[in-house]
Amino acid sequence: MARVVLEVRDITKRFGGLVAVRDMVFDVHHNEVMGIIGPNGSGKSTMINMISGAFAPSAGAIRLNGQEIAGKSAHRIARQGVARTFQLVRLLPELSVVENVVAGAAFGHRKRWGAEAERHARQLLDRVGMGQQVNMPVSSLTYINTKRVELARALACEPEVLLLDEWLAGLNPTELQTGIALIRSLRDEGRTVILVEHVMDAIRSLCDRCVVMSSGAKIAEGTPAEVLEDPEVIRAYLGADEDA
Amino acid sequence: MSMRDLRNLALSALAFGVLALLPLYVSGYILSIATTMAMFTVLATSWALFSGPTHYISLATAAFFGLGTFVTGLGFQTLPMWLLPIIAAGLGAVLAALVGLVTLRLSGVYFVIFTLGLAELVRQVVTWVQNRTGQRGMYVLTSITERDIYWQLLGMAALVFLVGWLIARSRLGFALRIIGNDETVAKHSGIDTAAAKILLFMVSGAAAAVVGAMMAPRYIYIEPSTAFASILSFQVVIMALLGGTGRLWGPLAGVVPFTLLWEFISRNAPNQTLLLLGIAFLLIVYVLPGGFVGLYDRLRHRYGQGGQ
Ligand SMILES: Nc1ncnc2c1ncn2[C@@H]1O[C@H](COP(=O)(O)OP(=O)(O)OP(=O)(O)O)[C@@H](O)[C@H]1O
Ligand SMILES: [Mg+2]
Repeated sequence: MARVVLEVRDITKRFGGLVAVRDMVFDVHHNEVMGIIGPNGSGKSTMINMISGAFAPSAGAIRLNGQEIAGKSAHRIARQGVARTFQLVRLLPELSVVENVVAGAAFGHRKRWGAEAERHARQLLDRVGMGQQVNMPVSSLTYINTKRVELARALACEPEVLLLDEWLAGLNPTELQTGIALIRSLRDEGRTVILVEHVMDAIRSLCDRCVVMSSGAKIAEGTPAEVLEDPEVIRAYLGADEDA
Repeated sequence: MSMRDLRNLALSALAFGVLALLPLYVSGYILSIATTMAMFTVLATSWALFSGPTHYISLATAAFFGLGTFVTGLGFQTLPMWLLPIIAAGLGAVLAALVGLVTLRLSGVYFVIFTLGLAELVRQVVTWVQNRTGQRGMYVLTSITERDIYWQLLGMAALVFLVGWLIARSRLGFALRIIGNDETVAKHSGIDTAAAKILLFMVSGAAAAVVGAMMAPRYIYIEPSTAFASILSFQVVIMALLGGTGRLWGPLAGVVPFTLLWEFISRNAPNQTLLLLGIAFLLIVYVLPGGFVGLYDRLRHRYGQGGQ
């Protein structure tokens, strides 16, 4: 099997009395798309936030290519090669589309600046399917295009690991097919991706492996087919549905 | 460098050249207004270098300015005059770094309050030291004339514009724009947001301290209550916002009309200057968000290039 890029070991996050993530353990291998799934509030975003350095874990270790990153500040972790998108899209409203992507290229893992950064940004925008609108203000973009720009920004630093927190959420059925195809093409390029997702079709067709979280803890791990048949996983999802 | 940059640079150099000749032609009264304008131009422009992109409103100008005046007050007899602004710049930068380390991790509101308190704090400390040593104010009696001060400030303004222009084209300037748009995105893109903000705050603090050091001989008598007067901080904020912080020349567009109005009002109705501050503030909030720069951009968008 390919080398391990990211190791998560016994990671726990407490918010006051609430344990949002409990003793999480998993590995992400090079060129792998790894899914994190689970009902609402099960701790998926919190896990992403700890890997990217938005929060420091309460306990445990996270290693990127063997180096400890748990608890480091977000900008250090970004420079070491972790890039992310956000569950609620975050673009830079006063910057043009292409500047939004240059923002991802200028300070991160592989730094580019000036004409080179701009060329790189345009290539990426082309890559995610919006080569036409690079000089538009971001306020004029459709929802799926804001997601594309955010993805291009995350790709711009050539990350070691790309974290996508529900990147496909909120797309209509046609857009969803486009979105899935786009992420699949990233996978085919050999990128290492952690995908937090609720859309089952996407999980089945995109993930090499998944971990399933429920109430902050890992309840299953394996291929999408394996985990989606696991009785405990089914119970967790059905239970969540009954609560809702 | 593009043709447009070159043209702007040439025009700016020409403008500064013309302004430098001003003292040779105008009366003492006009020169004194021009000196005040030059002072506020440096203060408001350097203030906007930091506060424009980050949207952090600093009310610390008076603290840095006062520090600078005291550097001159304490050093003019023993040290060469040219050294004083340099010392002031260093101390201003150090003070800004300290304040930045303590406050810039805080959110905007706390930052405003803290910076307002800072001028008061420094003033109290200086007063306390003076009381301990039995000193009161200081006389700064030098052979420096209003003309000299004007020229010094004009040179400083040129420097601040140059620095601002260089920063805007640099990765630091870009980082600050990103921070101002979304600090979370900035961090996750690899920007050390605290370091970037502190660096810019140091530039703006150093500039204000230099202005204080240059202005000290004009006041002749320096005491803490006037050197650290917080009204200065408010004037600078209002002028910068009135002009607009979206462009380098924005604060200047606020300084010129505001200084003239201030002068007019304080001559004719000295008690109404605070009213002017208040009205200008309301004007900015309700009528001119983005200041004159914002208005200019909107008009240009409607009638000019934007419409084509
Ligand atoms: N900053 C925070 N402070 C306090 N509690 C938090 C914080 N962030 C998350 N939580 C709590 O931690 C738990 C896990 O939240 P998290 O956002 O990680 O879930 P999730 O799996 O991403 O859910 P969803 O599918 O709805 O996005 C929730 O109970 C949430 O309320
Ligand atoms: Mg989530």
